[in-house]
Amino acid sequence: MFRYIIRRLISAVLVMFAISVMVFLIFFATPGVNPAARIAGRSASPEVLRHVSIEFGLDKPLPIRYLIMMYHLFIKQDLTSYVNIGDKIIPQIIAAAPITLSLVFGAAVIWLIVGILGGVVAASNRGKFIDPLIMFIGIATISIPAYWLGEMVNLITQDKLHASLFPWLPNGGYVAITSNPWQWALHLLFPWLTLAALYSGIYARVLRGELINAMNEDYIRTARAKGLSERRILYRHALRCSLITIVSLFGLDFGALIGGAALLTEVVFGLQGVGWLTYQGLTNLDLPLIMGCVMYGAFFVVLASAVVDILYAYLDPRVRIAT
Amino acid sequence: MRDLKVSFSTRQGVVRAVDGLSFDVGAKEVLGIVGESGSGKSVAMYSMLGLVRDANVEITGSVKFQGREILGLSDKEMQSVRGGEVGMIFQDPMTALTPVYTVGWQLVEQLRAHNDMTKEQARERAIELLAEVGIPDPKSRVNHYPHEFSGGMRQRVVIAMALSCNPKLLIADEPTTALDVTTQAQILDLMERLQERHGSSIVIITHDMGVIAEIADRVIVMYAGRPAEIGPEIDVVRSPRHPYTWGLLGAVPRADVKNRRLVTIPGNAVSPLAVPEGCAFAARCPHKMDICDQRPVLRGANNHLDACWLTDEQRLAIRSVATTRGEA
Repeated sequence: MFRYIIRRLISAVLVMFAISVMVFLIFFATPGVNPAARIAGRSASPEVLRHVSIEFGLDKPLPIRYLIMMYHLFIKQDLTSYVNIGDKIIPQIIAAAPITLSLVFGAAVIWLIVGILGGVVAASNRGKFIDPLIMFIGIATISIPAYWLGEMVNLITQDKLHASLFPWLPNGGYVAITSNPWQWALHLLFPWLTLAALYSGIYARVLRGELINAMNEDYIRTARAKGLSERRILYRHALRCSLITIVSLFGLDFGALIGGAALLTEVVFGLQGVGWLTYQGLTNLDLPLIMGCVMYGAFFVVLASAVVDILYAYLDPRVRIAT
Repeated sequence: MRDLKVSFSTRQGVVRAVDGLSFDVGAKEVLGIVGESGSGKSVAMYSMLGLVRDANVEITGSVKFQGREILGLSDKEMQSVRGGEVGMIFQDPMTALTPVYTVGWQLVEQLRAHNDMTKEQARERAIELLAEVGIPDPKSRVNHYPHEFSGGMRQRVVIAMALSCNPKLLIADEPTTALDVTTQAQILDLMERLQERHGSSIVIITHDMGVIAEIADRVIVMYAGRPAEIGPEIDVVRSPRHPYTWGLLGAVPRADVKNRRLVTIPGNAVSPLAVPEGCAFAARCPHKMDICDQRPVLRGANNHLDACWLTDEQRLAIRSVATTRGEA
């Protein structure tokens, strides 16, 4: 098991390296694109262009440029934006990270509880009315785009019904948990619900499918023949086996979201997290910022994938033999 | 069991999986139920324990266990019967155990569900049980997962689980079908020894006459959900009365007769959707008569019953011809 973990982590590092090379090549080696102009931003003066060329070593061969880029990114951490002149990228990302973390964490707790509950209720009441009802709600929430839902929520809570139903709700923005936990939660309440809505649907549907599959397995029949109660069979046998899939799914979703995939939700609610930052970078075509955000996001996805693989081996003993 | 009938309502019609099965199992007795696939043997046993959960099933009849009617009991009431008084082992040992828990955990689960034991006591008992079924090094194997055992070993674990609460009755649904022949012999041997030691009765379901000859005291031959022949194993195997049994026994390949074509029963097993009103086997029976349009009654002497209209004289005539031809 320990050797498996080591091997998995090494492989994660290699994947990160491959991603960094790919990102670098996309930004700096796409034919027909002048990297200097891209980095310097729109309407940059010739001196800026020359400065960029020197700083990023654009006259040097490709591998050297790559190393310089990585050096700026990781070691000196002084990658500077040219669009918002002088803003350092890395500190920006670091400052934005807790906001994204708060958003994703809270939403994850909500969607896990709702999703798993929904899946279990639907599977154990299979065929009765509540089963298709939950599945319908699930598919509805999956289909609603996050930005639309977010805007609608905003419209209702901040605008139309703000005075009547939601006077207690603050006007958007973010308050750190360290300064005021209650305000922190209040500010994040509707962003949490909006983000959780989408994922609850997916998880409820997936879990229901997995549970129904599991209940048809031979080992469930054995458990019943042992004289165990239906409840125990559902929770201790069927659910335990189905959770393996859910955990894998969750790991990847969580990793991607931490890395900034909740872009639209953050923008709609005015939360200046990593997703919001990426959005800013994209609209301003701020190349260093985009690079930084992409690497940040990629790092978390790779890490999450490695953790999920290791967790999978822990949850499903059959996998351990193969490793 | 008396007159058990199990039918499923499907879109294609009513499937009569079991159509009037009655038998008794005495203490310490081994009853074998033999028949082709689809003869209803497994369904009969499952519905007895309430393991048939389909919404479209209809079960009638009476099943008494130690004087108590168990057909139609609520799930909660059945939970003490299942595993506690009636143990069951299934056909495919590879998928019979929950993959995410150790073998010891699963044994302890069953022990504690039916007995008032602490975890340590249950664990000790689990190790004893594993030793009893012949698992080597039980102290360390008790912490292993099912996939770390071979097929034969897993079946032994399943047997250990089924016998863990000293059930009065053990139902074995084709326990050796998925195993190779040597393992099969070992498992049957184990079951016989355990049966003597624990004093339980066994109902063994199989399609293999060899298994019947090996281990059964009494036999029921089933065809199309109906009993074709019931009797002591010696009688049914040495002097079978029903043409279907003749076919089954005759179909066993003989190692001592050279160059003999494999004998088969002509035709295909009747579909449970289209079981005829009369004798179910009539269409394939070489001795069919007009009277076979009526469903034969189960009759006979000396506890050896059969559902066939042939008289004893007719049977004698047919069998002596067959013997001289070398077909018996």
